[in-house]
Amino acid sequence: MAASANTPQSNNLPEPVPRPPMDFTTRGMRWNNAWRNGVNYAVSGAAILATVLVIAPLIAILVYLIYKGATSLNVAFFTNVPAPVGQPGGGMANSIVGSGIILALASAMGVPIGIAAGVYLAEYGSGTFLGNAVRFTADVLNGVPSIVMGISVFALLVQGRHFSAYAGGVALAIMMIPTITRTTEEMLATVPHSIREAALGLGVPKWRTTISVALRTASPGIITGCMLAFARVAGETAPLLFTALGNQFWSLKLNEPIGALPLQIYVYATSPYDEWHRLAWAGALVLIVMIMVSVTLVRIFANRGAIRGGN
Amino acid sequence: MGVGILVEHLNAWYGTTHTLQDINLHIPANHATALIGPSGCGKSTFVRCLNRMHETNPIARATGTVKMGDLDIYADVSPVEIRRRVGMVFQRPNPFPTMSIYDNVASGLKLNGFRNRKILDETVERSLKSAALWDEVKDDLKKKSGASLSGGQQQRMCIARALAVDPEVLLMDEPASALDPVSTSKIEDLIFNLKSQYTIVIVTHNMQQAARVAENTGFFLNGKMVEFDSTHKIFTNPSDKRTEDYITGRFG
Repeated sequence: MAASANTPQSNNLPEPVPRPPMDFTTRGMRWNNAWRNGVNYAVSGAAILATVLVIAPLIAILVYLIYKGATSLNVAFFTNVPAPVGQPGGGMANSIVGSGIILALASAMGVPIGIAAGVYLAEYGSGTFLGNAVRFTADVLNGVPSIVMGISVFALLVQGRHFSAYAGGVALAIMMIPTITRTTEEMLATVPHSIREAALGLGVPKWRTTISVALRTASPGIITGCMLAFARVAGETAPLLFTALGNQFWSLKLNEPIGALPLQIYVYATSPYDEWHRLAWAGALVLIVMIMVSVTLVRIFANRGAIRGGN
Repeated sequence: MGVGILVEHLNAWYGTTHTLQDINLHIPANHATALIGPSGCGKSTFVRCLNRMHETNPIARATGTVKMGDLDIYADVSPVEIRRRVGMVFQRPNPFPTMSIYDNVASGLKLNGFRNRKILDETVERSLKSAALWDEVKDDLKKKSGASLSGGQQQRMCIARALAVDPEVLLMDEPASALDPVSTSKIEDLIFNLKSQYTIVIVTHNMQQAARVAENTGFFLNGKMVEFDSTHKIFTNPSDKRTEDYITGRFG
């Protein structure tokens, strides 16, 4: 517009600072194409090597479990309860179902509490005393050894009563909560402020914005956090030793001792019988496959019908 | 239909910074009003005070009176209530990335618990038509994410989203500053068409844009409103020396 007619500043600009001549002998020569390509290949190679090193142990464990355990897998393994000492055969049906029940109890308690605490930290509690206290507690809880968790829940829920599936579920739930809480908090922090403003600007109340916009946008990361927590506690033995105890017989009662795969593997692996050692390997294989299948199923269900953004 | 806005002795702070100092202004109903001024002069804070978005920042605070029609928005109603009646379009398009185009436009109704499918369908179609986006997206309303559209389409979708809750006032904070010239001219045409039905307040750095779309223009400088008059007067014969300096490019 009229700006071009009035350019009083144009003559007041400072003199440009002279640039030093390019040094081709040292810096220039070092960064020639061959060197760049070499560095590129070296860094890419290092990244690939690191990936292999991460995946290799998982594949090695899986292959070894299949090698040791697959031969003991048969229909009876999935349908029978453990056989008494000295008798051949028997299976882990009660432990498989027991693990499922304990993990369902743990998830039903741990996931809602964990997510709710994460929402509090991210949306309401930042900077407050309670918020900092919750965050600190979650971090400390994450570092508590699982055997300590078992003893604590034993003292709270088992002593004076009896071992139960409930107590096992509570012990595992407490172990899930810190991971879920901190992941939820961090994933909510990645949701851009502009998206929350869009919802608030439409007259959507804050609680509704948090649930339907912020949590929904962060849900893929939160689901990953829940799966990590689930996979971690699914293989825990120590917290169940003093709570669910284990059971050699068929039992679905929630207020009585219940079998669990890690406990049954522990009992069989520390026994003096070769037959039981083989069953322990098979149990370990089943446990790992169950974890992989449940994580995959949750991912498929969570992604079904989801709309993906372009940018 | 739109309502007029009467602003009296409006002051706003961020922490200890006095961002808006005693603003008095009458914004007429069913007209477009442009706010111009250098960066940091308080224009954005001003429009954010008109729908009480300003106070969503924990360190922010505002005093004074803002009347929409007979309603004093700082005394008579909750912030949530007033934001349903005052739509807002932001500088950068901010679609909900997990929602389809349909759900983005319907979000203001749906997130407030409105469920009637037939009325939702009609509202989405009417809003997208008002925002001149219907023909471009009508075939993938529920298939595509709102975030998969181009920047200009996203911004028009955000306008449709604001229109869907049937506001009386539409606030636009530099709605075209992140867009290319073609998308910008579409947004301007849109503002021109919408102002017969809504009271529009538009913040802009682009003075030609203010001249093209707005009947009235206000000039802000350092948290004060220096001059408010018809756009024609502001750009041809401003009464304040600072306004003249700004629009002729001597500073800012």
